Amino acid sequence: MSDPAIKVQDLRVRLDGTRIVDGVDLDVSRGEWVTVIGPNGAGKSTALRAIGGLLPFTGTVELNGTPVDRLHRRERAKTIATVTQSPTVPPAMHVLDYALLGRTPYVPPLGRESATDLAAVEEVLESLDVARFAGRRLETLSGGERQRVFLARALAQGAGILLLDEPTSALDIGHQQEVLELIDRLRAERALTVLTTMHDLTTAGEYADRMVLLAEGTVVAAGTAREVLTEENLARHYRVRVRVIEGDHGPLVVPVRA
Amino acid sequence: MTPAVRPAGLRAGWLAGGIAAVLVALVAGLAFGSVALPPAGVAIELLNLVPGVHLHSGLSPREVAILTELRLPRVVLGLLVGGLLALAGAAYQGVFRNPLADPHLLGVAAGAGLGVTLVISLRAGATGDATANLPIGVPAAAFAGALLAVGLTWLLGAAGGRDRSPATLILAGVAVSSFLAAGQTYLMQQHVETLREVYSWLLGRLATAGWHDVLIVLPYAVVTAVIVLSQRRELDVLTVGDEEATSLGLHPQRSRYLLIVAASLGTAAAVSVSGLIGFVGIIVPHTMRLLAGPSYRSVLPLSVLFGGAFLALADLLARTAGGQAEIPIGVITAFFGAPFFIVVLRRGRGGAS
Repeated sequence: MSDPAIKVQDLRVRLDGTRIVDGVDLDVSRGEWVTVIGPNGAGKSTALRAIGGLLPFTGTVELNGTPVDRLHRRERAKTIATVTQSPTVPPAMHVLDYALLGRTPYVPPLGRESATDLAAVEEVLESLDVARFAGRRLETLSGGERQRVFLARALAQGAGILLLDEPTSALDIGHQQEVLELIDRLRAERALTVLTTMHDLTTAGEYADRMVLLAEGTVVAAGTAREVLTEENLARHYRVRVRVIEGDHGPLVVPVRA
Repeated sequence: MTPAVRPAGLRAGWLAGGIAAVLVALVAGLAFGSVALPPAGVAIELLNLVPGVHLHSGLSPREVAILTELRLPRVVLGLLVGGLLALAGAAYQGVFRNPLADPHLLGVAAGAGLGVTLVISLRAGATGDATANLPIGVPAAAFAGALLAVGLTWLLGAAGGRDRSPATLILAGVAVSSFLAAGQTYLMQQHVETLREVYSWLLGRLATAGWHDVLIVLPYAVVTAVIVLSQRRELDVLTVGDEEATSLGLHPQRSRYLLIVAASLGTAAAVSVSGLIGFVGIIVPHTMRLLAGPSYRSVLPLSVLFGGAFLALADLLARTAGGQAEIPIGVITAFFGAPFFIVVLRRGRGGAS
């Protein structure tokens, strides 16, 4: 078997002197979907940003076998794409132009987008069903439509690894399901590796191949949804009373009043 | 089927419009003044400046002298200074992601002003002559002052930490401006003999411009324009935020430093030859955004062209509207700029900018 898409060993990140991520190990195979869960402040987003090369860290992060800090910035951008939790919506920018920013690592310095770049973006917009918005301003779209455009920008990077920080946090449950189904379809079509953070435990478990439970900056449980989403694990690390019920696509986590 | 949507960028029509505006400002600026010259003759004389062209313009030798020795350098200086100030304003707005950023509101102009005042005062102390041509060292002193000011504003603005808002930066700029202006006033009080010169320069002037001033500002203008225009796509990427820009393979902080230095250099050069001319850096880029779209690939080059044309025309107004006495050009730009500024503020509050 070739190198895993993401291999993280002893990842540590300090922000303003505070240890946020404190020794995380994590492997994601190619084509796999792994979801990181954990209570607020567990270090999920910080770990994701470090893996994406957006934060300084100690330890090792390898993407397809190459340490991330040895990739040139543009090479890194062609390997791994990140959608942050609430991306900035630039005023008055058209959807097409926003998605075209995803081609930045392919545009030579002082150059402009080529016909190839434009074609790549048009294909992505088409496949995410947002091509009809190409001439609209991004700020005029609804939350679900915007999330698809953010994804389009990331997919336009042509990277095989997708990091998604809370991709559904701004959406109602209908649109949550729609966006996650879309990500799963794209993962199959484009052989993508997906690493996300999520809050909704039931939904997280239904879509992920494997889950990682983070608490206080370290991995406290990892494995399939059935192995991670147990009443004991959640009680200990989320301080919550839940009932875990067997569902069709994984465990259903139902909070119950103490 | 989806209708064809074109990617953002500089449209040929707008580029042609910008060049036309510059030509109109050039001919109008040359033709009108205390002595009116026929615009057609002026246009022909301009063509005669091209090597190898010799056409009959119908202008007398004296009129040709007025044209090439007095008016042409002044109009060219107006075009250069206006283009530089507008370009610097657009660059600052992109770098700080702040629609209100402008060489004046950031304190950059005040810093450059302090630098110039320092040189004028010290030189008058040394030679007793305050009216000679500006020495070559003036832009360097202005540049040092400009960088000092923008650095201070940035540090102060960052003191708000992550809650930094557009207002924080502008408040910092105002504070830095006041501080540096106080330093300047002190200097002026200490060197009363240069008061007149500093004061007339302070209000903004293209009046004493000769080819000397054009030659002083030209190299800085070229360097600034080349650097800022080379970063036009980077500025578009920066609008999505530093984290996204990094994930797209950019080095946001490096682009930012480069742009700040280049824009401050341009501001310093403009200030050192023309004094404090406000609002060009805010009116022109915003008008271009409203009319031709928000992409810096179009805003930056159009700001150079329309900024130059705007200032050349403002200067025409300055020397013709007031009868005998010239109105300081800073007064003209402020007269148009202040109301415009309020419009920008109102739009900014509405969420779009």
